[in-house]
Amino acid sequence: MGGREATMVLMDENGKRCDGRTVDEPRRIMIKAGGLKNADGSSYIEFGDNKILVGVFGPRDVHPKHMSDTDTGILRVRYHMEPFSVGERKNPAPSRREIEISKVIKEALEPAVMLEKFPRTAVDVFIEVLQADGGTRCAALTAASVALADAGIPMRDMVAAIAAGKVADTVILDVNNEEDQAGQADMPIGYMPNLEKITLLQLDGVLTPEEYKKCIQVGVDGCKLVYELQKKALNDKYFGNKGE
Amino acid sequence: MTSHTVIDELKRNQILDLLEQGKRVDGRALDEAREVSIEINAIPKANGSARVRLGDTEVVCGVKIQPDRPFPDTGDKGLFICTAELLPLSHPTVETGPPGPEVIELARVVDRGIRESHMIDVSQLVIEKDKSVIGVFADNVVVDYDGNLFDACSYAATAALLSSKSPKWNWVDDAPALVEGEDVDVPITTIPVSVTMAKIGKHIVVDPNGDEWASMDARITITSDSDGNICALQKGGDDGFTQEEIVQCGEISVRVGAKIREKLKAAQQGGQ
Repeated sequence: MGGREATMVLMDENGKRCDGRTVDEPRRIMIKAGGLKNADGSSYIEFGDNKILVGVFGPRDVHPKHMSDTDTGILRVRYHMEPFSVGERKNPAPSRREIEISKVIKEALEPAVMLEKFPRTAVDVFIEVLQADGGTRCAALTAASVALADAGIPMRDMVAAIAAGKVADTVILDVNNEEDQAGQADMPIGYMPNLEKITLLQLDGVLTPEEYKKCIQVGVDGCKLVYELQKKALNDKYFGNKGE
Repeated sequence: MTSHTVIDELKRNQILDLLEQGKRVDGRALDEAREVSIEINAIPKANGSARVRLGDTEVVCGVKIQPDRPFPDTGDKGLFICTAELLPLSHPTVETGPPGPEVIELARVVDRGIRESHMIDVSQLVIEKDKSVIGVFADNVVVDYDGNLFDACSYAATAALLSSKSPKWNWVDDAPALVEGEDVDVPITTIPVSVTMAKIGKHIVVDPNGDEWASMDARITITSDSDGNICALQKGGDDGFTQEEIVQCGEISVRVGAKIREKLKAAQQGGQ
């Protein structure tokens, strides 16, 4: 996503990060449930400068038919970035990166969705990244959970996601694009707070065993913050602003 | 390998029953990897190579080193690229054609483990800044399948890189010129080792074999470096892990990885 200034200060002497946040402060997060007319469920998320739209269809007939499973429904996820979502135009064809992210998001959602209630059907989740700024897979997973709930598909829990990481030898919450490019480690975490299960976890970058433990803790705590916003988005749509 | 048969269901029950008693189908301890055998310099035409067997999973990795153009934004760094491919002779269900999501994930996870450990010091692979750099390509082919390709490919690539000798190029008349007969060591900074663990029911097993792979609920691959730090991780599969399990897996990966690192070092020294 373009070159970076080698001189960029990721953390100043007051512990403020390159965008002015403190170490455990997430970016501004706005989640909206619904919004698309044709999709069975949908959501829109702004996560810092990320802007992501998710549409869910199903449970519906499976095409091609041979993919269907007589014991359970299947979940299909497509994560896709628009050509205009990043600095230099991205080839619209799915890249290897997008195929991998589609797979990890699918596997992160699978434990949450009660697919066994809908044998021989498919639930399709379409994730469109309109603008990307680091941490798209977490924002996408967060939004996809809300869209699945909005579609009325029975779920055990929602998956909330955020990245922990390390910049300037400090463990931080919610890695932005600059910190991802120039930082020391990036650890996206997807977590189901009610079931206390981590369903998405990746890491690139070097962490000592102590930092590794701390990153997971910071990430899980961050996911709990995101979870409240997911619930609020659904509350706002279905119960007005009356709250809990 | 993805097709789920009735036999798989029966095997899963057997594997789970045994795990309840603390046993595994092939008699290993839960945190015991299969026998690793490493043959260095199996392909003399490559700049480095290894043929690795992890139980009955077998991978051949060849390293090719050649001049290349740098990426536009990193003209002061050489290239390191690691791939992985499943050959149709490795399993009856493998078909020819473009790679599916599973193989793409395999290649990317193996590449990431080695890349993020900074095993190869790419800053030393520059012939002429912004114009020409050295590319190190480690290509894995799976020739026999019995589960856990992540670790088998990772060990094969690491062993092949450790055994590699790089040709030398000078910058002459705006082009890289090969210096005959002057092979140099590839700049290695650390030895990354990946350890893959499967979660089957409530149990976590190291280095799942093919039957365990088909029966698992979730998996996690953690790569650690020579200093015992964790440098890459990938969770996969249709279930999740608790926070405690993730921490436990981190500890197992460093401990088991240290043993395998010794085998990689021994293979490197044996081949020289």
